[in-house]
Order: sequence, then C-alpha cells, then structure tokens
Amino acid sequence: MWRVGTVVGLHDETATARTITLQVPDWSGHVAGQHVDVRLTAPDGYSAVRSYSIASAPNSEHRVEITVERLPNGEVSPYLTQHVAVGDRLELRGPIGGWFVWRSQQAEAVQLIAGGSGIVPLMAIIRSRVSAGNTAPFRLLYSVREPGGVFYHDELRALSEQDRSVMVTYAFTRAAPKDWSRPPSRVDAALIAEVTWPANLAPSCYVCGPTPFVETVANFLNASGHDREKIRTERFGPTGERK
Amino acid sequence: MSIISTGFLGRRTPTDGKLPPGQYLTTDFPVLSAGPTPHVPVEKWEVLIDDGKNILGRWDWKSFRNLASENITADLHCVTRWSKLGTSWEGVSLDALLGDIQTDAAYALVRSYGDYTTNLPLKDLINKQAWIAFRFDGKDLEPEHGGPARLLVPHLYLWKSAKWVRGITLMQQDRAGFWEGLGYHNYGDPWREQRYSDDK
Repeated sequence: MWRVGTVVGLHDETATARTITLQVPDWSGHVAGQHVDVRLTAPDGYSAVRSYSIASAPNSEHRVEITVERLPNGEVSPYLTQHVAVGDRLELRGPIGGWFVWRSQQAEAVQLIAGGSGIVPLMAIIRSRVSAGNTAPFRLLYSVREPGGVFYHDELRALSEQDRSVMVTYAFTRAAPKDWSRPPSRVDAALIAEVTWPANLAPSCYVCGPTPFVETVANFLNASGHDREKIRTERFGPTGERK
Repeated sequence: MSIISTGFLGRRTPTDGKLPPGQYLTTDFPVLSAGPTPHVPVEKWEVLIDDGKNILGRWDWKSFRNLASENITADLHCVTRWSKLGTSWEGVSLDALLGDIQTDAAYALVRSYGDYTTNLPLKDLINKQAWIAFRFDGKDLEPEHGGPARLLVPHLYLWKSAKWVRGITLMQQDRAGFWEGLGYHNYGDPWREQRYSDDK
C-alpha cells in the first residue's frame, strides 16, 4: 500500500547527503532498522522506486525521516537531495524488513558498525534506544572517508558526552582530523579488537554499509568469535541505492 | 492517483520488454544477504534431499559434480529492484537431482549453510526451471555469490535462489522460509511484482 508523506523538514548532513522529514498521517509505525520504498513519478507517468533506510526512531507523531546520499549516476537520489522542497508530497511504502531491526525491549549489549551512509539505520537504532529510555550498553564504530562526510555529527557527539554507555569511535579512511591518533585507513582486525565489544559479551552486532565493507567486517567479527546468528548485516551494492 | 514530481525525469533504459515492472538495469552483481558469508570447503560440502523424515538423496561434491551439468543463460531480478540480464551459469538441473525420487509433496523448503531458508512450490523446481549452479561467468562461484553452489530459480525474485544451498526438504504443506516469514511475498513472481506479503 502506497502512502503519501508531506515533506516537513530538510537538512543537509554533508555536501552530498540530505535528511528529509516526512509527515505521514496514516503511518502504521516502524521498528528501528527498517526501510521504506520511495516512489517518484514524472509528469508523463514514468515512475522509479528506491529503498531508503529510516533514520528516525519509532514515534507517535507519524514522522518518518530518511537520509539520502546523492549517487553520481543515481536515478532517484539526485532528485531527492536537490529538488525536493518543504511542502512537496512523496509516495512511500513500508515499513519493510523484519530482520535488520532492533527493538527497544532488547537488553543485551549492542555493537553497531557503519560504513559511510550505512550509518542511517544504525542511527535509527541509537535514537530508538534514547527515546525508549533503554540503557543497554552501546558501541558504534563508524567508518567514513573524512570528517566532512560524517552524518549526525553533533547529535552523536552530544549523545556520547551525555551518556557514558554509548561509545562512538570513528575510523577515517581517506583523511583524518589533524590531531587524530590513527592514520587514515580502513577498518581492520586490530581496530575491531580494540574498540568493539568482545565476543564473550555476546553482543548483538549490526553491520551496514557497502558490500565489500560489510563482507570484511562480518568476517572479522565471525573470526573473532562472534556467533553467526548474532551478526546481522545490511548491504548495498555498487549500484544499489538502498541505504 | 500518483503524486507527480515536477522536474523528475528518471533514467529510462530501453530493455525490449526484458525488465519486469519496477526494476532497473545494472551491470554489476550486487550482493544482498542477511548475515556473514559462510565459507564451505567443497571437501565438506554435501546436498541432501529429504521429506522431513527420511533422506531421499544425498550427494557429496564429487558425486554432485559427476552429474551432467548444463550451461544456463538467465535474467536475474532482485526484489531490491536491480535486474541483470543475460547472465551465464553452469549447474545441475534439479530434474536430474529429483528425477529418481518418488514423492507426492507439493512444496519445497530449500535450506542453506548459514541456516537461510526459502520456500517454493515443487512444480517451480522441475521442468528445466531450476538448477544448483556452481559456476558463474565461466568461473567457480565465489562465496559471496553463494559458492560453492547455489540454487538458481531465475523466474522468481532472486531471494528464492538460495545461496550456499545444502538441502531441499519436500513437504505436503507449505512453510514460510526466512524472508517469506519477514514480510516478503510467499511466491515472488517478478512479472507480477510480488515483492511484499501484501502484494497480490
């Protein structure tokens, strides 16, 4: 069933990524980690649909936030990041997906690992924890090319300053801040061992990002003793716009 | 009535009717799976056919590879909306694996290493519609694409083509597989756009 959402907010996360807040009067509610399909229809009737992870926590205001990264040859993302204006209406379907989800009743430790815009569904999980008053110990390892590419920067900083049970670690892969201790490099086994929950704590692990990133990280986690069934992954391919 | 987005043009690719509704073309081969990739060495690999009680057929890698194989050209359609046309595979037809098995089952639950499952009517696995494939584009199938061997049922959305296949359970009653139990369509015909459970 397609629903109509009205754009009530726009916020640029980075030079190429924009958060769109939609008011969806008949929204049925969602669980952190789920995604929506967004449909654009051209004046001549041609339409295209892509999936985007929901960034917002479940809420009673019927609001759905997505953060869209503009892909250079994307079909839908350039329109969503450059042309959409407050007051526009967009069609969406969902929420979709019942596997890559975190429910606020979960009490176990949680390890989140994001590659690039793979942060979006993980941010929904973090926000869901906050809004539910859940106190499960959380760690986030966020791999991103450069400081300017970080989504939700201020919110993540405020959160980790206020709440010692949420630990955020950045891994910069191309360019790091000047005083950064780790030279720019990809996430490796040593970093995983240093900053993520050890396997003996049996955390639930959520890994989201581009396919090679997720493959590598999930293999590291598996090799360091995390049970396969504790590792949930969400991947997007080189052309997939799923975020 | 659709909402029109003035200024949205879209990218329209002529596809000679080969693209099901709501799909777009890709030339890459994206990977979508729910967990870490299982790595199964062929020395430890086997595939079983059972009826929930008894094993009806069992092949290790060597006996499986001794079965006659076929070259398959198939269009792939993923529920996440990418399609890849004219892909080349080599695999063993399920007609060869199921041929000697007497059954009145109507459904099958395909099981994978890593505990993935997917269900489909048995009639969709026979009559040259399904294979266990072990080569893609002339090369041994890589683990992230389901190697050493995966099911290939190209007339249904790609989640039905279970990667890392390890067995098929024949059943009288249908039983939802992994994604089928998580909001995705029970049958998954791309031409009828059966993506989610509330699609007709």
